[in-house]
Amino acid sequence: MFYRLAGIRHTSYAADRALWPVPVDRWQIGVLLALALAAPFVLPNLYLSSYLLPWIIWSTAALGLNLLMGWAGQIHLGYAAVMAIGAYGTIHLVRAGMPFELAIVAGGLLSAVIGLVFGFAALRVKGLYLAISTLAMQYLVDWIISHVPAISGGSQATLQAPNFRVLGLPVAGDFARYYVALAVCLLVTLFLLNVGRTSFGRALVAVREKDFAAAILGVNTFYFKLLAFWCSSFLGGVSGVLLAFCYYRAVTPEQFNLDVSIQAVAMVIVGGMGSVMGSYLGAALVLLAPIVLNNLVGTLAQAGALPVSQEILSHIPLILYGGLIVAFLLFEPLGLAKVYDNLRNYFLVWPFRHARH
Amino acid sequence: MYLAELAINGALVGLMYALVALGIVLVFKASGVANLAQGALTMVGAYVVWWLAAGLGAPLWAAMPLALAAMFLFGRGLERVALRRMVGQPVIMIIMLTLGLEILLRGAAPALAGATMKRLDIGIGQQPIFLGDILVNRAYLVGGVVALALIGLSLLFFNSRQGIMLRAVSDDQTASWAAGIRVEQAIGLSWGLAGIAAACAGILWGSVQGVDWTLSLLLIKALAVAILGGLDSIVGVVVAGVAIGVLENVIPGYIDPLVGGGTRDLVASTVILLTILVRPFGLFGREDIERV
Repeated sequence: MFYRLAGIRHTSYAADRALWPVPVDRWQIGVLLALALAAPFVLPNLYLSSYLLPWIIWSTAALGLNLLMGWAGQIHLGYAAVMAIGAYGTIHLVRAGMPFELAIVAGGLLSAVIGLVFGFAALRVKGLYLAISTLAMQYLVDWIISHVPAISGGSQATLQAPNFRVLGLPVAGDFARYYVALAVCLLVTLFLLNVGRTSFGRALVAVREKDFAAAILGVNTFYFKLLAFWCSSFLGGVSGVLLAFCYYRAVTPEQFNLDVSIQAVAMVIVGGMGSVMGSYLGAALVLLAPIVLNNLVGTLAQAGALPVSQEILSHIPLILYGGLIVAFLLFEPLGLAKVYDNLRNYFLVWPFRHARH
Repeated sequence: MYLAELAINGALVGLMYALVALGIVLVFKASGVANLAQGALTMVGAYVVWWLAAGLGAPLWAAMPLALAAMFLFGRGLERVALRRMVGQPVIMIIMLTLGLEILLRGAAPALAGATMKRLDIGIGQQPIFLGDILVNRAYLVGGVVALALIGLSLLFFNSRQGIMLRAVSDDQTASWAAGIRVEQAIGLSWGLAGIAAACAGILWGSVQGVDWTLSLLLIKALAVAILGGLDSIVGVVVAGVAIGVLENVIPGYIDPLVGGGTRDLVASTVILLTILVRPFGLFGREDIERV
């Protein structure tokens, strides 16, 4: 009914390789894109700058992390540290007079290089050891940033993001910042959508499934793991820059502490590992669920219907992140993307359930 | 003299870290699962004792064994409800699950019991003890000795019938299944023991630094101890615990005045990175050879 076709049947390689093989998907994307472009003119300013903008930026970050966790199957518990490196690097470069377009790339490269140094250390080992060494990286980078005054400007300092221009136009006001973030997010999305179609993406998937088997097939696993680390750190750095310049407009070390790393990992797992759309869904749920639940419980508590203390209210985000991670891993390890996929598959062949492809 | 004082107090603290790390090692030995929830388990253990003692008014001699029993059941419960469903999943999923549990507990326990720091007084005095000229913190001394005793007990436990079962399971799960050992029971037992270790560590650490969510930050220290000692070695836990405790006290004692403080937090992560770089399986761990 919705899709007007029962299953997907390819008749050519081009159709097989299409990003959106079903016409309705293409229309959906078009509509979403139009909505995203029109959002500043439709949405009230509050919603734009405190819900939509962070969602776009965090989706970018989740996409970067998803490349590493979902496609390459490597775990990273220090993603916020990577974002911090990009953010601090770019702020210092822009302050020194570098154009923003170059500085954001330079910040990403800085993240990628430092991320790679840790990646070298970490990728000799895997699984558990990788998790713990990236955790150690988070602590180390946190410490260095907050204890070296040349980087953070003092231990309790906040660095203001300078005014910046993109393509000669000054970026001022919520509209402009939103469009900058959206543009970067779209670029990253396009990159990740295409990763699955390249030899790079297929090699990553092979490494994820079983690295020895991939090595036997002639995939240089170490090289591809490093490359995945490099790309993911680059994207992390770029999204850190967006977070610093477009959303917070300042950086402090606390913006990139361990909890933020865990938040990013929660987005990837809740959204669905190895899914582009999942990254958006995961970022939305992880960002919005605590706000919504807080408001809901807060309203109920004020109405006297629910006897909760301020202490419970302030711990709702943590409980929710943890609860979401646990619940999704136990009940739907492939995340929201899989939930959507199930629905889509159901309607794809509706009403002929037996024809499920 | 300054050095000796730092080293002795550090070693005692290190033994208390080792007690937290014991939970990680026990679980890893039995099931090969990294237990990143041990920090939060320790915190929950401390909260349980505090709740029994201050909330219900139980005397300490009753509250502590009750808390141990409760945490044993809690550990087993976690395994039964969450971990057992994940058997056969990729290791990254299981790590994330334990981390998710850690975050969940870290939020839930203060939310239920109140976030302000609770005092947990288990009757160790405040006044320091002097060994010759060396000043030893009384709480650390008691804590270190208790921790050492408990770790020794766990070594003895591995010679009991249940312990031999655990050793078999850690050696080869499939083979022990074939020999009639109930592997799920054994893994559940290891989580229960991790719960007990967490409760003991929670009592000791709670009496030293008060009961609040910061107890879960012991996770990174415990991980450093477990990694340095070797994830499947109980002897390693003691040695690495002492080593890290000493380093963590001695290095800041000499370097902090030079760089302006805070190097204490750096020791654990540096030790983790160096260990993984040089000798991933740790000092006493069994080198994991992967066969295809």
